[in-house]
Formats: sequence, C-alpha cells, structure tokens
Amino acid sequence: MGMKTLALAALTALLAAAPAQSPPAATVHIKDFAFVPARLTVDAGAVVRFVNDDGEAHTVTAVDKSFDSEGLDTDAQWTHRFAKPGTYAYFCELHPYMKGTIVVRPSPQS
Amino acid sequence: MRRGDFLSHVAWTGAGIAYALSARGIVRAAGGTPSGAYFVQISDSHIGFKQPANPDVAGTLTQTIARINALANQPQFVVHTGDVTHLSKPEQFDLAKQLLGTLRAPVVVLPGEHDALAGGAARFLSIFPPKSGSSGWFSWDAGGIHYVALVNVFDFEQMGLLGNDQLAWLERDLTPLPKSQPVVVFAHVPLYALYPQWGWTTEDGAKALALLARFDAVTVLNGHIHQVIEHTQGNIRFATANATAYPQPAPGSAPKPGPLALPPDALLARIGYRTVEMKAGHATTDDVSLA
Repeated sequence: MGMKTLALAALTALLAAAPAQSPPAATVHIKDFAFVPARLTVDAGAVVRFVNDDGEAHTVTAVDKSFDSEGLDTDAQWTHRFAKPGTYAYFCELHPYMKGTIVVRPSPQS
Repeated sequence: MRRGDFLSHVAWTGAGIAYALSARGIVRAAGGTPSGAYFVQISDSHIGFKQPANPDVAGTLTQTIARINALANQPQFVVHTGDVTHLSKPEQFDLAKQLLGTLRAPVVVLPGEHDALAGGAARFLSIFPPKSGSSGWFSWDAGGIHYVALVNVFDFEQMGLLGNDQLAWLERDLTPLPKSQPVVVFAHVPLYALYPQWGWTTEDGAKALALLARFDAVTVLNGHIHQVIEHTQGNIRFATANATAYPQPAPGSAPKPGPLALPPDALLARIGYRTVEMKAGHATTDDVSLA
C-alpha cells in the first residue's frame, strides 16, 4: 500500500469516526411508551442520543424518513447527528401513538 | 390421556402403524383425521428477543414445533399470525425461516409489525412470499373453507391499518361467495377494537367486518396481544392466540403492555399453539400450552 493510499485510508477512517466521537449534546429517554422529553431543541450539528429504558422494543423513526434507528431493544441506544436546521417529527414504528419532535436551530457558528 | 384413547393407541401401534401421541395424549379414532378442515395456529415468536420474559424464544418455538409435529393428526397447514421476528433483523428472519421449515405440515406466514421494521414490508415478503399476489394479502380455498390472510401492519404511520387498496381487494375477493360459504380470516392485529388504549385495534377494521357480516359463519384469528381473548360480533367469532415467546398483561391489568416476566413453569403455561377444527363452517379451537 502506497503512502498516499495509506493517508487517504487514515483520513477516511477519521472522517467516518468523527460523528461517533462527538459527545451527545442531549439524550432522549424512551420510558413507559413515551419519548422524554417529547420535544427537544438542539443546535445544527448536534448529536442526540436515544436510550430505550423500557422492557419493550421501540424505534425512533422520522416521519419524513430522514432517519430511522430501526429496532431498539431494552437498554439499546442509538445516536443521530442532526446536521440541517428544521423541525423533525418522529415516532415509534411499533407503537405509532408514541411521538416526538427534534427542533434543530441554525448553529451559532454559521 | 383418556382410557379410550390409550386403547386406540395400543390398537394402532399393534397393527404396526407408528404415530406419536400429541402433547395432551389425544389420539383420534381410526382414520386419524377429523372429517372437516383442520389446521394449527401459532403466533408471536419474536425470534431475537432476549429479555427475562423469555431468554430462549428459539427454544420455545422449537418445542412448539416438536409438539405440533408429534400430533397424530397432522394439520392441513400451520398458520403463523405474525411477529415471527423481534426486530426484523436478517439473522432473525433466517433463524425463524429455518425453524418454521422443520414443521411437517405446510406453513403460511403472516407479518406482524415487528417483521416490518427497518424499511417496511420488502424484507418479510422476500423471505415469506405470499401464496398469491405481491402485496402480502391473499386468499385460498381448501376443504370447503375460504381462507383470507390480511395484513394490518404495513402502513408506515398507523397500526393496525388495512388501507383502502386492501379493503377494495377484500371486497372483490368476497363478492362472488354465497353467504353460506364458511370464511376464516387471519391477521396479526385484532380486527376489532379489543383494547385501543394499548393500540390493540385495527383503525379501519370495521370496514373489513362490514364486508364479512353477511356470511353465516366467519372466524377471525389474530395474534399480537400474546394471550387468548375470544369475542363474538353477529356471525363473526374472534379469537386471539397465545404467543410462542412470552405473554403480555391482560388489557388494563398493567399500566402498559409489553413482555410479562413469569417464573419458567408459569411461562410455559402461557405459551403454545392452537388447533382449529372446522365443523359445519364453525371453528372449534383448542389452545394447548407447553406446560
């Protein structure tokens, strides 16, 4: 493997790892068949962590399908980086009456 | 085992015909098969579930299948009324398909909402293709019964919901049938408002029931709620089935639904399979636990 390829591989790895390394700006708990808090406001680029504290499986699924945790079992967690400002409605595919909203503000730097 | 049954068992084995006793030791009279349609329903296997309510759901499904395979009277088919997997993961579908493939009788598999995660119906439909059509719902005729498999878990935002396409199909499917035609309907989520507070209902189920109301004898068999609850509405008889995985609380008996953790023996008494025997269009159900 040439030096250039190696550097590119390292850079790719770094970029891929970057979102996971950003600490979550906020956490939404899933408890008693509800998202807590049901409405959360974060800055653009923030990572939000969703933790399933219930004995039942749930999902965190965007109504506009822009994100989907897929099935989250008991104690499972999932993080998502909200890059673009906007209001994101989401729900649990297994229990569609469970609803939440993430409001993403333009980032202070931009 | 009843004494008469035991004697008939001895008589048959004496004649060199080997067959196993069922879980309850029920052995039918010579001939071996009930006169009418006869099938088995299983439901809610949740392959991939690992919580304390049942740390070995593959094991309890395997036990259930072994009991069904040991029935002296093999069912004409086994229907699984959904939630085959817990989280729609490829390895969960693979294991479920492998286990269900060990049934001696032909298998009909319907999806539950747990089988339609991570992008919807496509994965389920590719692994368990419908008997006909490509939507997931279908019907067939066997032994004088018209069977209908409905899907009320494929809508993205609502559950249970049949949707207008399926309702239009159902109307076309039922229209040619005489009112004396016995009809058996399968679907994952109960078609009537069993307990809407926990989502145990199909929002447009009443439209399907209106299409079924003119028949003399209709049986609707569902899963989803992991317990047996029977209900009658006109000529329509409803029965939800036990899971093969774990029970859920009775409607309103707990703050929320969800897996009910019980001691191991108590668990086995609350999971299992159901035999369904059709006599003159009416279903006789027998819920058999693994205990």
